[in-house]
Amino acid sequence: MSSTEAGRDVTTIQLLSPTGERVESDETAEFQPYVDALTDEQLQAFHRDMVLTRRFDVEAAALARQGQLALWVPSHGQEGAQIGLAHATRPQDHLFPSYREHAVALSRGIDPVDILRLLRGHTHGGWNPAEHGNFHVYTLVIGSQTLHATGFAMGLGLDGKSGSGDVEVDQAVVAFFGDGATSQGDVSEALVFAASFQTPELFFLQNNQWAISVPVSRQSRTPLVHRAGGFGIPGTQIDGNDVLASYAVSRRDLDAARTGGGPRFIEAMTYRVGAHTSSDDPTKYRTDDELQGWIARDPIARFEAYLRSRGASDQFFAGLVAEGDDLGADIRQRTLALPAPEVGLMFDHVYSEPHPLMREQKEWLARYEQSFGPAPTDAPTDGGRA
Amino acid sequence: MTDTVTTAAAPADETRASLESMPLGKAITAGLRKAMADDPRVLLMGEDIGTLGGVFRVTEGLQAEFGTDRVIDTPLAESGIVGTAIGLAMGGFRPVCEIQFDGFIYPGFDQITSQLAKMTNRHEGDLQMPVVIRVPYGGHIGAVEHHQESPEAYFAHTAGLRVVSPSTPHDAYWMIQEAIASNDPVMFFEPKSRYWPKGEVDLSDPQAPLHASRVVRTGTEVTLLGHGAMVSVLLQAAEIAAAEGISVEVVDLRSLSPVDYGPILESVRKTGRLVVAQEAPGFVSVGSEIAATVAEKAFYSLEAPVLRVSGFDTPFPPAKLETLYLPDADRVLEAVDRALAY
Repeated sequence: MSSTEAGRDVTTIQLLSPTGERVESDETAEFQPYVDALTDEQLQAFHRDMVLTRRFDVEAAALARQGQLALWVPSHGQEGAQIGLAHATRPQDHLFPSYREHAVALSRGIDPVDILRLLRGHTHGGWNPAEHGNFHVYTLVIGSQTLHATGFAMGLGLDGKSGSGDVEVDQAVVAFFGDGATSQGDVSEALVFAASFQTPELFFLQNNQWAISVPVSRQSRTPLVHRAGGFGIPGTQIDGNDVLASYAVSRRDLDAARTGGGPRFIEAMTYRVGAHTSSDDPTKYRTDDELQGWIARDPIARFEAYLRSRGASDQFFAGLVAEGDDLGADIRQRTLALPAPEVGLMFDHVYSEPHPLMREQKEWLARYEQSFGPAPTDAPTDGGRA
Repeated sequence: MTDTVTTAAAPADETRASLESMPLGKAITAGLRKAMADDPRVLLMGEDIGTLGGVFRVTEGLQAEFGTDRVIDTPLAESGIVGTAIGLAMGGFRPVCEIQFDGFIYPGFDQITSQLAKMTNRHEGDLQMPVVIRVPYGGHIGAVEHHQESPEAYFAHTAGLRVVSPSTPHDAYWMIQEAIASNDPVMFFEPKSRYWPKGEVDLSDPQAPLHASRVVRTGTEVTLLGHGAMVSVLLQAAEIAAAEGISVEVVDLRSLSPVDYGPILESVRKTGRLVVAQEAPGFVSVGSEIAATVAEKAFYSLEAPVLRVSGFDTPFPPAKLETLYLPDADRVLEAVDRALAY
């Protein structure tokens, strides 16, 4: 495993080689039992989640190209890091994503169409975390959510909801962020607070090598995992395209954090195979050689090879393709059928209690709209003068 | 401050206008190129502005032309961009910072409002802060959260900052150069929905100084005032009003701080009615300030109260609701009708 800036006194935990063989070494010995304990059903669930997420990604990218989304944010290439982590969490955990964590979202029970509602311009949120696997809403301002995660984790400590030693009950928090975000002050401040208050928290960094057009070498001259040590937080670098490494290291770290061990930090070395967003053109700043090198380390192809070596059938993989196509069709159909958002969305939830300015402006707008005569069916988005 | 050049003045021997048609975004590129060529101390810094040329391609080609020392792809940190620009300015550079989108400016808010804006005052005039902060702002592009906001009032409210916003390619070309030539910090708000339409740029004559407001359409019954992308909406409203027999004057504010009240008051004294329009929320806004000042200074000329048309006092909504949120020509004309009804 190598990357542009890794390789200086960093051990990268890898449990599955790019061709799908188990890797065993002294450094990985402590993680093998986590993988050995997984059943074939569990392993196949890992694969299913990765495959369906990628199918969702393909469908969403197509919808964006067809002008049905304001924007699409691909997760292609990062499914291994995300699904390993997602399966390492426990139901009582809280997750604070950035905006590319689609695999984690689906794994925690988010309806993919709710993600598309955000990117189609129907909502700034999309789901109630309390009813959706404690998966909090996406945050678009880079790094801000790491402080929210840390505060939530501080609260768990204050409420005695972590640290009892019972992994089935103790809660933990995951803060997601990327290599670009590590330059933001908020992320450093989150690490300071987490270390000071010994929060039950995992900082999960997906280093996908690029912050839009800026390579990670512009954010850091040292492996980012070394940052954790400077804050007094144990850190581990993993092969982020190895779903088993992501699962095993995340499982260890989350259970350590939840049972009173304080915060942990994982740097998952992965790659943003797609564009930053559907508005971006990565050919302007990176080479095809680099891209192909990472595609050769694809997390899904690697895991398929591993499952086949364990005896998974053609039927299993064919079934996933069919399930993915059904999912894609369902996502497309339901996205295109989304009703236009109600005007109330703009005014009704700015404050939690009635507010005179909101009432006045909402009423004014209703009267103003009525002044144009009977509303056409798509009235809320029709700005034409009657 | 050394190496300051006055780019606003046309060469004395040039008498014929040299006109070129270009979009507003590319006019800023041309203005930046001119300023960088004229003054080697001018630096550009921001996220994705070098190799990529910025997400709106406003700095496209400039890194290839001026090198990586003068067009700097920064780490992803707005506080870092502005804070280090302050230090660079202390060292005699003239940094031009790009904030990628309006809603991403707040991580840099402390450095802009508490540091940059106050530095000259704290040094009792011994230190100048020739820093420009470029901010693509405003709606009409159907984007996701934090990508369509109009935060200019926060900065107009802050003493020590100059705040401007061009509405045409011509003004964009000249105003960016004048902003860079200013020895004070200038917040340069770029109406991103106007980046692409072309307009004529007179490369030989700026026509108006940085902080001047300007009448861009003459009329007699109502004055409309706005800045940035709103100016094209006001001109559209004036066109519709003319077809209905109403004569409307349009004033382009151009400078939000300081405000050039001369042309505004002159216009209001002629028409007797003023409608101020902006994309930003109305509560405690630039439009509110201007309405209050005009009411104080032109009270006896007014036939109607000064009316404000603005974004609602809500967060900028999801894109599917943006046409309802953003004032369009109809919303402006509704206010024109109300003003005329007094």
